[in-house]
Amino acid sequence: MVSRTRGEKIFNVFNLTVLGLVGLMALYPFVYTISMSLSSAAEAMRASLHLYPSDISLTSYRMVLSNPEIVTGFTNSVLRTVLGTALTLFFTCLTAYPLARREMPHRSPLLFLVLFTMLFSGGIVPNYLLVKNLGLIDSIWALVLPQMLTAFNIIVVKNFFQAIPESLAESAKIDGASEFNILFRIYVPLSKPVLATIGLWTAVAHWNHWFDAMLYIASDENQVLQTFLQRIVIENSIELIEQGLVDPNITEFTPETIKAATVVVTILPMLLVYPFVQKYFVRGIMLGSVKE
Amino acid sequence: MSEVLTQYRRHKGLLLLVAPGLAFFLVFNYLPMFGLVLAFKEFRLSAGILGSEWSGLENFSRLFGGADFPNALRNTVTISLLRLLFGFFAPIALALMLNEIRVSWYKRTVQTVTYIPYFLSWVILGGIFLMIFSQSGPANQISQLFGVSAIEFLTNDFWFIVVVIVTGIWQAAGYGAVIYLAALAGISPDLYEAAVVDGAGRWKQTLHITIPGLVPTIITLFILNLGHVLNAGFDQIYNMYNPMVYDAADIIDTYVLRRIVLMDFGLATGAGLFKSVVGLLMVVLANSLARRLSGGEQGIW
Repeated sequence: MVSRTRGEKIFNVFNLTVLGLVGLMALYPFVYTISMSLSSAAEAMRASLHLYPSDISLTSYRMVLSNPEIVTGFTNSVLRTVLGTALTLFFTCLTAYPLARREMPHRSPLLFLVLFTMLFSGGIVPNYLLVKNLGLIDSIWALVLPQMLTAFNIIVVKNFFQAIPESLAESAKIDGASEFNILFRIYVPLSKPVLATIGLWTAVAHWNHWFDAMLYIASDENQVLQTFLQRIVIENSIELIEQGLVDPNITEFTPETIKAATVVVTILPMLLVYPFVQKYFVRGIMLGSVKE
Repeated sequence: MSEVLTQYRRHKGLLLLVAPGLAFFLVFNYLPMFGLVLAFKEFRLSAGILGSEWSGLENFSRLFGGADFPNALRNTVTISLLRLLFGFFAPIALALMLNEIRVSWYKRTVQTVTYIPYFLSWVILGGIFLMIFSQSGPANQISQLFGVSAIEFLTNDFWFIVVVIVTGIWQAAGYGAVIYLAALAGISPDLYEAAVVDGAGRWKQTLHITIPGLVPTIITLFILNLGHVLNAGFDQIYNMYNPMVYDAADIIDTYVLRRIVLMDFGLATGAGLFKSVVGLLMVVLANSLARRLSGGEQGIW
């Protein structure tokens, strides 16, 4: 900037202030939750904005972490995230690669077949009946298979593959490499950034999904963390007492502090990895704006 | 014919690789589309999809004849349009303001903080907001500071929709801003230099370079939003609503889910089919509209 007028200076101050407030507003719900989770019952019930915990009590965390449901849910969520992400990455590469090659027979009708699924779907009832008829109800496969491949991921990876010079594949072919080897020895190593991005987004989606688990998972031993969380946090706190999770005789915590502690336990793994993987998230958002 | 076969033989490797993915799409995406015939049948669990009897348009006359579905449809469209009206420009404004910051750590911090919510599920966010907007929660603490008596944010139709729209913006604005910031980064610096030479201040630069530079992205995202007008945000509403606000907050997806719970699969499929078909029409329509508006350049395909 060559020169700054008075108006620009005023604007700068205004801009920084407003954005600072926006940032604080974005953070407040988390600050409130963390503060509540650390509060004693008396403190939690006090009328306050709970910007910081003043009468710290770890009882809520002790309750949450000793709840077997949380432990089971956590394990199942990790399992579905790892399995689901691995399968998505492997099969997305497998499907995207031939579609990226110009000599692929029936390339455009196949691409249309994939793309059309972005526009139209059978909806929830037919999908539910399919999963049921395949005998997947109450198994981890019901959470992993139906969303394994998406048109979006395939198009993004396909576009990335297309940017790799075909001469690489050609010369490998002359040396006798199979298509499978060309894909995993040449294309995949060159596509690490895009695969990392898609892998992360898939993992986040798996960690966050609750609706499919609610529909497909019947038994508590196979249930995921988000669904347990939903029972604890969303459904009436009276049920907490009925489930024995909250003992009404103990006054060291309230349903609210238990809810808050459960929320913190659930988002903690994400918040801990977030700073390290942030750049891939941002890259992923940009991928979303890439046109076919 | 034999030509095709030779081609297949030559590209056997590629065909083998694509086969599992193709099978996947046929089973998990196309097979359920045939399940949509249920919308025209009276479903009995024992008879299955094929065995159930045809019922013509019975399900649809029940859907539109009753009070609940028309209500859900109206709510869906209302909430979507309100989101568009109040939410669409929030990420644009945020991106423009972030773009004007010259202190990079400040910019990065605000950006990072505002898009965290996008990566958390509505089970978590819903849980947090149910606490914040409860009778004795902090939202009411603040309203009391202004001398307003306790507001029933979660049980009053009007206030619930306000909460849905506001928390929706809170969750998605930071994410949306990243897309616009990417578009801003793509604007050639030459344009700004030329503008400075011509004596344009920052405001003029924003008006004549930055905003026109964003228009293509704005159009694309507007189309996408318009195409999803029947998706009023199931995850969010399901995790925040309660029977007291069904009149205003029951949307097609929540209606379908409650029908499923009642095992009324025919009606649920009918509602789902209606949503899918209208959704498809909306996307196609919006896309051709965008193409026409921009002389064939814009559009999502």
